Amino acid sequence: MRKEQALLFELGAPGRRGCSLPQPDIPVKPLDELLPAKLRRGIPLALPELSEGELVRHYTALSTRNHGVDSGFYPLGSCTMKYNPKVNEEAARLPGFAFLHPCQPAESVQGAMELLYRTEACLAEITGMKRVTFQPAAGAHGELTGMMLIHAYHKSRNDQRKRVLIPDSAHGTNPASAAMAGYEIKEIPSDGRGLVDLKALKELLDDDVAALMLTNPNTLGLFEEDILEIAAAVHEVGGLLYYDGANLNAIMGHARPGDMGFDVVHLNLHKTFATPHGGGGPGSGPVGVKEHLVPFLPVPLVERGEKGYYWKDDLPLSIGRVHGFNGNFGVVVKAYTYIMMMGAEGLRQAAADAVLNANYLMERLKKSYALPYDRRCKHEFVLSARKQKKKGVSAGDIAKALLDYGFHPPTVYFPLIVEEALMVEPTETESKETLDRFAEVMEEIARLAEEDPERVTSAPHTTPVGRLDEVRAARNPRIIWDGDEGSE
Amino acid sequence: MSGGRHYLPLTEAERREMLAAIGAASAEQLFDELPEEVRLKKGDLNLPPSLSEMEATAHLGALAAKNINMRDYPCFLGAGVYDHFIPAVVQHVTGRSEFYTAYTPYQAEISQGLLQSIFEYQTLICRLTGMEAANASLYDGATALAEAAVAACAVTRRGKVLVSRSVNPHYRRVLQSYLEVRDLQLLEIPLIEGATDFSRLEEMLDGDTAALLLQQPNFFGLLEEMEGAAGIAHRHGALLVLSVDPISLALFRAPAEYDADIVTGEGQGLGNPPSFGGPLLGFFAARQKLLRRIPGRIVGETVDRDGRRGFVLTLQTREQHIRRERAISNICSNQALNALAAAAYLAAMGPAGLRELAELCLQKAAYAREKITALEGFAQAFPGMHFKEFAVKLPGNGGRLNRHLLEHKIIGGLDIEPYYPELGPAMLFCVTETKTREQIDALVGALEGWS
Repeated sequence: MRKEQALLFELGAPGRRGCSLPQPDIPVKPLDELLPAKLRRGIPLALPELSEGELVRHYTALSTRNHGVDSGFYPLGSCTMKYNPKVNEEAARLPGFAFLHPCQPAESVQGAMELLYRTEACLAEITGMKRVTFQPAAGAHGELTGMMLIHAYHKSRNDQRKRVLIPDSAHGTNPASAAMAGYEIKEIPSDGRGLVDLKALKELLDDDVAALMLTNPNTLGLFEEDILEIAAAVHEVGGLLYYDGANLNAIMGHARPGDMGFDVVHLNLHKTFATPHGGGGPGSGPVGVKEHLVPFLPVPLVERGEKGYYWKDDLPLSIGRVHGFNGNFGVVVKAYTYIMMMGAEGLRQAAADAVLNANYLMERLKKSYALPYDRRCKHEFVLSARKQKKKGVSAGDIAKALLDYGFHPPTVYFPLIVEEALMVEPTETESKETLDRFAEVMEEIARLAEEDPERVTSAPHTTPVGRLDEVRAARNPRIIWDGDEGSE
Repeated sequence: MSGGRHYLPLTEAERREMLAAIGAASAEQLFDELPEEVRLKKGDLNLPPSLSEMEATAHLGALAAKNINMRDYPCFLGAGVYDHFIPAVVQHVTGRSEFYTAYTPYQAEISQGLLQSIFEYQTLICRLTGMEAANASLYDGATALAEAAVAACAVTRRGKVLVSRSVNPHYRRVLQSYLEVRDLQLLEIPLIEGATDFSRLEEMLDGDTAALLLQQPNFFGLLEEMEGAAGIAHRHGALLVLSVDPISLALFRAPAEYDADIVTGEGQGLGNPPSFGGPLLGFFAARQKLLRRIPGRIVGETVDRDGRRGFVLTLQTREQHIRRERAISNICSNQALNALAAAAYLAAMGPAGLRELAELCLQKAAYAREKITALEGFAQAFPGMHFKEFAVKLPGNGGRLNRHLLEHKIIGGLDIEPYYPELGPAMLFCVTETKTREQIDALVGALEGWS
């Protein structure tokens, strides 16, 4: 039985509360003396009034209306929804990490600074970079930071460049981040292999190109095998090579962006390094750079001296800050714990299993769905529902049908260069049984699309709500609760 | 074998079986298209030896134990990250792994929990600030202010932003990075007695000014005289953009009351631990007319096929995955879990609790201020109304004072001389409800006679 869940504002009663505070233990002054009436809040403070128990029931009910990696398979392409180890959560919650203020004197936070220093060394080794900043709080934030670094680098050489090149298969954040940094974007087409069209790239390269942003393997899950030639061509015109680390999980321990010629990389600790996605954040998007870009990194950096770790703030060419404090330190603690437990061999095995799982699923699913780029994939692959579409069943319908089987669907309608795209990334933390079961369900849906398409197009049937009217939400936006029932 | 092997379910037998199924002779073959020059062999990557869970726990525990945390010593630091009490219920809510192991709620039907929680959060932020629209959150207070400045330039099609020097210096540094790279100009309004010198506004505002950026209470904990600020900005066609302390809003005039256009701020204090400066929580609220210029995720209410209420990500044509380089921002994620904590915190506090809490901060900070500034050599830096922070002129260097305080098992305030050299030795103290009278008295005792 599907039911609506009451909003916080529809629960409770005036006068209830969900927590207690101590009585003042200091002499209290009349409020007027500290805050004259004219400076006081004049509009009501309309917050919910609930007991603690009601509050817990509300959020517990909400949590049961949500699917996470802990609930079931989550093959959301390009998001690397791998299992999030519990020990990482415990580590980040240690009071010695969680209850540190970012402005404490360095001598009182040596352990935290050591953790940043060690994690930086690990990530530099994994990516083949010289230094890493932890200020970016997410992948897109890392991209923006990377673009600022590239901008500062060229500017320092009195070489104002206007353009950033980005493949048509790239994540939407790439062009958006480059535009945020003031660049104009030129799109590079993909060729018949699903890779960067080398000839088209070379035609677009000139001394106005600040950088090429590349995801490798790309969003089709294919490794850009011409990478060395690409890197040489970009460097030859004085451009830099930016690595979008969203897909590093496919190759970690097997190859390093730095060795391929990349100058700047961002990582998504919440993808590759097993920290939870938090329902959309907090993530962490550290940025690594080669030696020639180190002077431009955000300040401060952690350095190690004779008397311990210290903050280095005097980088005259630095882009400044991109975060109020140290970035998402709590997320870095989790990623460090993961790296320490996996070790070099474990990370390498994780990538190999991620690639094996993806190829295993792809091999089976290409029998029931079109596979536009039929070649060895890395950690993910992109199917097309174009066969099903002929029966009126779209990629979006297939996604909704999967919900009834307890699976989170793949990423749909991305990359844009594949019609009716279904982008599947199983990750290494899924068992063979799960992959087999998912494949069976996908085959079942493909069969239904042939025989009973309406069953698929009317899905989902078992979720807390049915298909939602997105057009209505956008046309008549109701983004806060204003008290009425919402039915017109 | 690695200590994390229990995260990998495939057995050797299964690996062999699966390789056979895809026609590969070995796992190495899966990487055949990588150029030989860049391929790493087993043992090439130089990382510390892997640890078992037991060893990792001990290692992380040892690193954590090398730090002095604010449960060990009372901490009088603020400046944007605050030591507020976190009711146990908050961490139990955010600890539900259906929330924290999910991603951005793209599939609305199985993400109603998160979507509804964000809708509730947006509503709570609007109720606190008095604004009509809010997003699902941004990275932190600093980037929220920077995004607001960028949005103001886009809305007004102007290229200059005025920021008061009473805005957190770290925030101003982030603003500088965000604006400079886009060739937008950032000008600083000078201070008078620790607050914005409003007499300079008329001459500094011009036809190319997109926004006036102020902080309330300001970096020194002082209440800025906001009456009239919006009027001056609006007369010149600029927006009034604020960075506010959400807890102060239980007591102080809400930004809507002095006609702000965009309200941002740091929401960490609402149920999130300081965590060495992150994850934090940037909130962003605005007037309804700016709805379509708000960066980041926004959740909206709608109905399903049967007319039941439900929630979805909405107004996505603003965003990067649809608009690519024409998106209004590159923001893709939010700080959903921190926003969830903030919503649970505000609901737990309720209107009475939040007001009590704000009054405790106000009273305790006033008590500490009076005691400290009565000491020989310690003087209140600026006159005016304060909330939970206040600046004090010191008889000696702030860094040295903090080392002295650490010896007395106290984490002192922020040495602000490096940010405002014109003040000479000075420290910004923060006193929240978590500080007991005993701890404040201990601070005063440790300051007494120091020079």
